[in-house]
Amino acid sequence: MKKYFSFFRLRFLLGLQYRVAALAGIATQFAWGFMEIMIFAAFYRADADAFPMSFSATSSYLWLQQAFLALFAAWMMDNEIFDSIINGGIAYELCRPVDIYNMWFCRNAANRLARAVLRCLPILLVAVFLPKPYGLAAPASAGHFLLFLVTLALGFVVTVSFCMLIYVMTFFTISPQGLRILFTSALEFLAGGVIPLPFFPDNVRRFLELLPFAAMQNVALRIYSGSMNRPEMLKAVTLQLFWLAAVTAAGKMLCRMAVRRVVVQGG
Amino acid sequence: MRSLSSAIRLYKHYISINIRSMMQYRTSFFLSAMGQFLVSFNVFLGIFFMFKRFSAVDGFSYSEVLLCYSIVLLEFSLAEMFVRGFDTFSGMVRTGEFDRVLVRPRNEILQVLGSKFELTRIGRMLQAVVMFIYGVARSGVAWTFPKILTVIFMLAGGTAVFSGLFIIYAALCFFTLDGLEFMNIFTDGAREFGKYPVGVYGEKMLLFATFFVPYALIQYYPLLFILGRRTAPFYILLPLAAFWFLIPALALWKLGVRHYTSSGS
Repeated sequence: MKKYFSFFRLRFLLGLQYRVAALAGIATQFAWGFMEIMIFAAFYRADADAFPMSFSATSSYLWLQQAFLALFAAWMMDNEIFDSIINGGIAYELCRPVDIYNMWFCRNAANRLARAVLRCLPILLVAVFLPKPYGLAAPASAGHFLLFLVTLALGFVVTVSFCMLIYVMTFFTISPQGLRILFTSALEFLAGGVIPLPFFPDNVRRFLELLPFAAMQNVALRIYSGSMNRPEMLKAVTLQLFWLAAVTAAGKMLCRMAVRRVVVQGG
Repeated sequence: MRSLSSAIRLYKHYISINIRSMMQYRTSFFLSAMGQFLVSFNVFLGIFFMFKRFSAVDGFSYSEVLLCYSIVLLEFSLAEMFVRGFDTFSGMVRTGEFDRVLVRPRNEILQVLGSKFELTRIGRMLQAVVMFIYGVARSGVAWTFPKILTVIFMLAGGTAVFSGLFIIYAALCFFTLDGLEFMNIFTDGAREFGKYPVGVYGEKMLLFATFFVPYALIQYYPLLFILGRRTAPFYILLPLAAFWFLIPALALWKLGVRHYTSSGS
């Protein structure tokens, strides 16, 4: 356990070094969030009754989404891992006395967390001071906020373990391109990255909420502003735990199969 | 005149080399084209589901928004297909490849243009064309010659504006050596948010998109003319006015080239 923790720490500290890149990222995400809110404001003006949650809750959702983008964005995958599979660098990693799944998991989690830590504070800070209802509102209650933190963490690890599936599958296909494109765009959409899940028609939404993708950003961002009731929250958290276990187990199993038949691609 | 025709011949040659080299990796080409398709398909699905819930936004219906988005997507993909060399220019500066460009007895803009030709954008264009046809069929626009002309001008002007943005992005690399991520707001962001007519984003954004980066000239105003909400004939020519944007872009590029000091390697 200790070695994974130090591996995590190493990667995390490394990730914190990219401060200028983070600055550019903050500017981009800020503009992005602002434009998204303008769109939803226009729809709100067109037909306020058709809104599935309050406008203020929608703004909060969008700002939190931008602030914690690095935790959940499927396209922010670790290119070094793909490269090591393609060019054979994987051979060194396999020689180490560590479990490759756990190591990559730590590495990914650390990368994403470092990025998020660098970027979230300035965005949240500005969003809090924006005029109502365009800014980040206070959480619905202290309890909601606590649950928000828990589900944020859960959603984050579900995302990482789903990305692990994609890395591991690259062992079988060698070229990551196709899988990666397919999964990242599907994940982005089904997780509520394009439009929040409540905005889908009810029957579609009910189905989407059962999928592992809904266990990522969707739960935390909606709990924060209190747009889920008690049984809904209970169900969402249970599903998060279930998918975390299922996806991680599947990833570990695939990884064991892959390592047994791994072919080192030269290098 | 002779130098122009020789430049065109050279550019054609560049394109054919690019296409041939891309076709060596056929699977990779199809996967990238598919990826391009999927990314904008997500945006389309977003619009689709939003309009399941809402009937109109800012007075624009579903088919009208699709018409708008398809034209922006076509403009952007055309620009990206031809001017991709500028979009990936930071790599050229960092590796010192640009030194080699400068010592050749040819115009450097032509060479950078020819360095990349992204045929993979065809995936995105295909989708834009399908949406365009749907938008045309459903929005009930009475097509007249001036309106068709307006669409053609929009495509030309839009390609120019996005090309100008890519050139500015590249010119900034001379000063910073690396691509500036925030420029994505103006390129990818405009493609993403250009799905809705600029007027949706409010007065201030409309002013910005009219006088600063002329998105509205290639999207909002001519769209109003096509949909019959404005009838003054000068709306037809507005997209062509967007060509002014190339002037500061090229000026910045010239300044950058003069400022260029090799990064070595």
